[in-house]
Amino acid sequence: MSRARVVDSVDYKPFETKIPAGRSRAIPWATVMAGSLITIIPVVATIPLLPPFGFVMLLAWRLLARFAFKPWAAAPLGFFDDLVSGQPLGSAVLMWSLAFVAIDMIEQRLAFRDYWQDWLIAGGLIAACILVGRFIAVPVGAHVDTILIAQIAVTILMFPLAARIVAAIQNKRGAE
Amino acid sequence: MAPARDRRTGFSRRRQYGVFMGYVLAVAGAVVGLVLLVASTFNPPAFSALRMGVAGVTTPVSTGLATVGSSISGIPDAIGNYFFVKQENVALRADRERTRALLMRARTIAYDNRRLRSLLAIRERSTAPVVTARLVSSSASSGRRYALLNAGRWNGVLPGMPVRGPDGLIGRVVETGPNAARILLLSDGDSIVPVRRTRDGMPAIAAGRGDGMIDIRSVNATNVRFNAGDLFVTTGTGGIYAPGVPVARVTKAGSDSVMARAFADPDTLDFALVERMFMPVPPPRPVTEQ
Repeated sequence: MSRARVVDSVDYKPFETKIPAGRSRAIPWATVMAGSLITIIPVVATIPLLPPFGFVMLLAWRLLARFAFKPWAAAPLGFFDDLVSGQPLGSAVLMWSLAFVAIDMIEQRLAFRDYWQDWLIAGGLIAACILVGRFIAVPVGAHVDTILIAQIAVTILMFPLAARIVAAIQNKRGAE
Repeated sequence: MAPARDRRTGFSRRRQYGVFMGYVLAVAGAVVGLVLLVASTFNPPAFSALRMGVAGVTTPVSTGLATVGSSISGIPDAIGNYFFVKQENVALRADRERTRALLMRARTIAYDNRRLRSLLAIRERSTAPVVTARLVSSSASSGRRYALLNAGRWNGVLPGMPVRGPDGLIGRVVETGPNAARILLLSDGDSIVPVRRTRDGMPAIAAGRGDGMIDIRSVNATNVRFNAGDLFVTTGTGGIYAPGVPVARVTKAGSDSVMARAFADPDTLDFALVERMFMPVPPPRPVTEQ
């Protein structure tokens, strides 16, 4: 292995130039909104199987990089998600805000967390958010429940990907 | 992970109030969400202008992505066509010979039909489509079944217009923006279409189930038997959909309420025709002052 590769593989780079502060604050917002825009992929689906990726990105930022968002950021991001997701307007504003509050309450009790616990918290919130969203948007009698379980599973499995994206960006962002 | 390091705010009043305000705003966000949700539940088209404004930006992007996607996925097809063109030619020639007699008969029947209709003086409504456009994306992460059409008010698309594909009914327009329209698909839980069976004209209702299938329910009789393969077309009742548009085929026999599959399979939707409302609601009669 050449010397350059060895130096590259070291994570700790104290003198590397970081992303400037303004852009560094905007990037988390941009990534969550890009996640919400997953619905613009050109597919006319008969079943709701696409994961709400904006919410997964939001949870990853909140759990892995606590100061990326102010506590109130969930509401405007949820508003944008509602505009593109097809859910009744206000459902993501409500659910995402409540998710932030829930994470705050968990954080007070569970100060030292590892990655698996983060994933578990995210999984619980994803399942709750999708389930409540289903009862808000679709009549109780509709036959979407089996697909919903599949969607929840797919969405929970997306969390590691979101965590990877967040970690890669967080390495480049300056310390706050 | 180490605990968040600014849990303690120290002695700085400014910092303490800042953190406190953050949480007040977070809870206020949830309250605003609840208010918006109630507003949009009782008045669904309330925020359609905002939604369609965003859709006006995303629809061209989806259209571009669809074009790129279809041209890439079309490459294997094009190669296959190149190699199998001779066999296909032979098959098509044979097919033409077989259907020639049928075509002659169909022409005669069509002529007779036209003549008899003119005898009956049936008032034919113009069935010219408003616009032909593409369905470019859908609400694939939500339980609702909406699709976005890349044509809007600039093309003459208005809320309430029926949308059909080459195979059958797709749904109807619910919201329009300048260059995009939101289509409520047949399989949405809120979609209800009056239909009749082609075999005997028995009326029924086609209601969406939310999982891509459609429920066919009998309306005016109990213990109605549905067979697998029964075909249903629109009746024209209600004034939105023109009569005779294919809607669904029953997949499994049963009585009173059975599952059916739509003819226009949205997974393979390509082009969609937006048509005028069959018989729009007349404007309210002006109130005369006395």
